[in-house]
Amino acid sequence: MKLDPYLPKSAEIMARFQESPTIFSVQCRFSDAKWQQQFCFQPGQFNILYLYGVGEVAISIASDPTCQDSFLHTIRVVGRVTRALAHLKVGDQVGIRGPFGSFWPLNDAIGHDVLIITGGLGCAPTIAAINYLLLRPNDYGHITILQGIKHSDDFIFKDKYAAWQAMPNTTLFIAANEASHDWLGIRGYVTDKLASLSFPEKNTLVFICGPEIMMQVALDILLQKNFPEKAVYFSLERNMECALGHCGHCQLGGLFVCKDGPIFAYPTIKALFNRPGF
Amino acid sequence: MKKTFLKHEHFQQLLDALKEAGFACIGPQVRDGAIIYDTLTTSTQLPWGLRDFQEPGSYRLEKTAEYKAFSWANGPQALKPYLFKAEETLWRVKRDEAGKFIFEAEYAKAPAIAFIGARACDLAALAIQDKVFIEAKQIDIRYQQRRESLLIIAVNCTYASKNCFCVSAGTGPKVNHAYDLVLTEVDQGFVVQSGSERGAAILAKLTLTPASLLQIQQGALEIQQAANMQSKKIPFNNTRALGLALMNKLDHPRWLDVAERCLSCGNCTLVCPTCFCHSERDKPSLEATSSEHVREWDSCFTKGHSYITGKVIRPDTQSRYRQWLTHKVATWFEQFDVSGCVGCGRCITWCPVGIDLTEELSAMVEDFHET
Repeated sequence: MKLDPYLPKSAEIMARFQESPTIFSVQCRFSDAKWQQQFCFQPGQFNILYLYGVGEVAISIASDPTCQDSFLHTIRVVGRVTRALAHLKVGDQVGIRGPFGSFWPLNDAIGHDVLIITGGLGCAPTIAAINYLLLRPNDYGHITILQGIKHSDDFIFKDKYAAWQAMPNTTLFIAANEASHDWLGIRGYVTDKLASLSFPEKNTLVFICGPEIMMQVALDILLQKNFPEKAVYFSLERNMECALGHCGHCQLGGLFVCKDGPIFAYPTIKALFNRPGF
Repeated sequence: MKKTFLKHEHFQQLLDALKEAGFACIGPQVRDGAIIYDTLTTSTQLPWGLRDFQEPGSYRLEKTAEYKAFSWANGPQALKPYLFKAEETLWRVKRDEAGKFIFEAEYAKAPAIAFIGARACDLAALAIQDKVFIEAKQIDIRYQQRRESLLIIAVNCTYASKNCFCVSAGTGPKVNHAYDLVLTEVDQGFVVQSGSERGAAILAKLTLTPASLLQIQQGALEIQQAANMQSKKIPFNNTRALGLALMNKLDHPRWLDVAERCLSCGNCTLVCPTCFCHSERDKPSLEATSSEHVREWDSCFTKGHSYITGKVIRPDTQSRYRQWLTHKVATWFEQFDVSGCVGCGRCITWCPVGIDLTEELSAMVEDFHET
């Protein structure tokens, strides 16, 4: 019998971290040790998490692929399943299917500068890529991270960002649209900051994750700065249920975001990108 | 393969032979004023002497002068509900005493089906659903199990309804996909041909005579008549050119016009033999000791279909109708190298307000010329 891609495997919660009032991380390990050992993924890929009696949800994998004895999911409480997942405790079980989808072109980026632009919260797909790049400083050029948030109070991962900022060859900007008086970051849109920067190095790859309208603005600025279209990668969000290209919910024109994406080079999605209704 | 003749009065032998070979026979019969497919035990259940009259938003059966079993075009179903179930349990999960999960896949249990009466458009649709569920990288084992054991007894169309456009869609009316047996109904019986060893083995058990040249000619003529009866056409004959033209008309005012008529009810997607969207949900037991994971048909005309956290990608009827139609005849090519429309006309007939996709398409792409 072939492996049934609809059937989850059980996994155990090893640790749980509360990142912010609405964001938490769970470190998981497959109950089947052999399965855990052969489980390999790339940053940008996702798993389907199943919560007993509640249902399934697609969540990107936040940990480093070299970590073989467990994997990490950072989850924002937004819907029916994530709200219930927030109640998970260490030792509880979940079902896991995965990994699914495409991934950031981290191999193609070797030897080049990388620019990462994120908007809004819960940009877990880029967190995995940032961690990956910063763990391998000798492989990559300069890393520029531009993180935009709505309100300065939403800022999470303070320790992580502080550590990233301290890394050599790394520049970090955090912009808040609305900020409290003690905010030390940038006030305004992350895309305005992007417009003010110059990128002298050729062959810089750009990874972008966030609302499509923000990604569109960032793209326009990048193209004005003469970035080639194929150097820009997006992580797209759609309703992904089966993750197999069967259920039809995640379609973007002829693409299934679950299996052809969620990471796309801009030319692939150009025709329908940021087009309302698609 | 040699053509033989099966008399009307010997049709029961076919059902008996199929039953003996271990198949559950599914065939056409009348229910609630329409021809549907269900378990067929006797040949008297067939819709003898009945014909469907279809118009946009309308379906009615009437008696005809000739006593034939297949002198109708189609009903709301095709093969789809027998392979891709409207609702199906995918797996169950139990918790053992230590609270550990035990996942158990649920696979097809029903006996192999002999499907009697599949039309050319239905088989074209079947080939498309095969591409979705079993010819892709990830397969659905449940669909595959049913598909592999399926025996197909196809019937060439000798009549077309006003909503049929298989000629223009390139799928019929003559069966041109794989079958085990194919029947062409003529006076007093059927010209029969086998298309597989399994089909030939069934034929060996029946009282047959060699088909006369006259019978063969009459069959061919009747099929040609079913083609000639068709007045509807799909623009660009359902080719990539149609898709290309339509994707250039995403802002055409006709989208708003059709959205004002469309009820966003999803009937078209449910009767469509190629639509494959489905959703999954959990059905926990009351004792909380187990949970069933169920898949059921979904439709791109619902709000939930495009829901992502805090946002619906297609909040209005206009964007939903555009998603459905552009997928069906345009982006389907990118996914499966074929159009998603087979020309059966079901979406026209079963639309409560009689929206006709061939008309909508014509209105949008009439002035489009390939550049």
